[in-house]
Amino acid sequence: MSTTRSTATETTEPLVLYRLQACPFCERVVRRLDELDIDYESRFVEALHSERDAVKRACGKRTVPAVVDPNTGVTMAESANIVEYLDGTYGERA
Amino acid sequence: MVEFDVVELEPTDHPEAGEQAPDFTRPLVDGELWTDVSLSTLLDDGPLVLLFHPMDGAFPATYAWNEIRERGWTDEIAVVGLSISTPYEHKRLIQERGVDARLFSDPGNGVAEQYDIVNDLDGMAGVSEPRPAAFVVDADGTIRYAWVAEEWPSFPDYDAIEAAIDEL
Repeated sequence: MSTTRSTATETTEPLVLYRLQACPFCERVVRRLDELDIDYESRFVEALHSERDAVKRACGKRTVPAVVDPNTGVTMAESANIVEYLDGTYGERA
Repeated sequence: MVEFDVVELEPTDHPEAGEQAPDFTRPLVDGELWTDVSLSTLLDDGPLVLLFHPMDGAFPATYAWNEIRERGWTDEIAVVGLSISTPYEHKRLIQERGVDARLFSDPGNGVAEQYDIVNDLDGMAGVSEPRPAAFVVDADGTIRYAWVAEEWPSFPDYDAIEAAIDEL
């Protein structure tokens, strides 16, 4: 791990991840967050979409996974999009 | 009053008034979601009442939250509950009983161990939960009022808790 990388980690606020327990798409995002050593806070919601107003307020839609990145102001749904975003934003910060 | 058997519980070494409330982190549940939160983080926002109660669905849990709602505590101070129930069960309790408070979920009962208030449940093999207990904690994390059940079943002294809240 280079010095630049750890500095970037220290100055980064944790991302917020809205997730559903045992949801493979959410796990995919979790795996990438871990691989990229990104700090994040998990907020668990339930399977029923009607119970997910908190996600809708934060991200505009009720789907999970959804990510809010306070460092860039980006909010995003769909695991493929999120993984691509994480790679693009945090993948080369070393 | 109907006579019924009350079980005496062994004395414990639980935290007392004047001592620091042991810190812990567990999933904290509101009506919508849950996320890991520490007691010390909650104290950043001011004093609080920490109420350990029997598992959701047991009548003492229902009674406690009905009483707290009727007394309007949550208008004055943060009230947080803790039981061994899962976050899913906590969400139901909050929604069905109109609980205006957040609830820590501790299925492993580790916080009760930390506070030395473990209650092994007779007739439910392998299951333990916290004894009924209430702590009023000031913003510095100092316990200002502590009550831990000495018999089972037993119920908090709501007037005494209220007096402690008023003295903060």
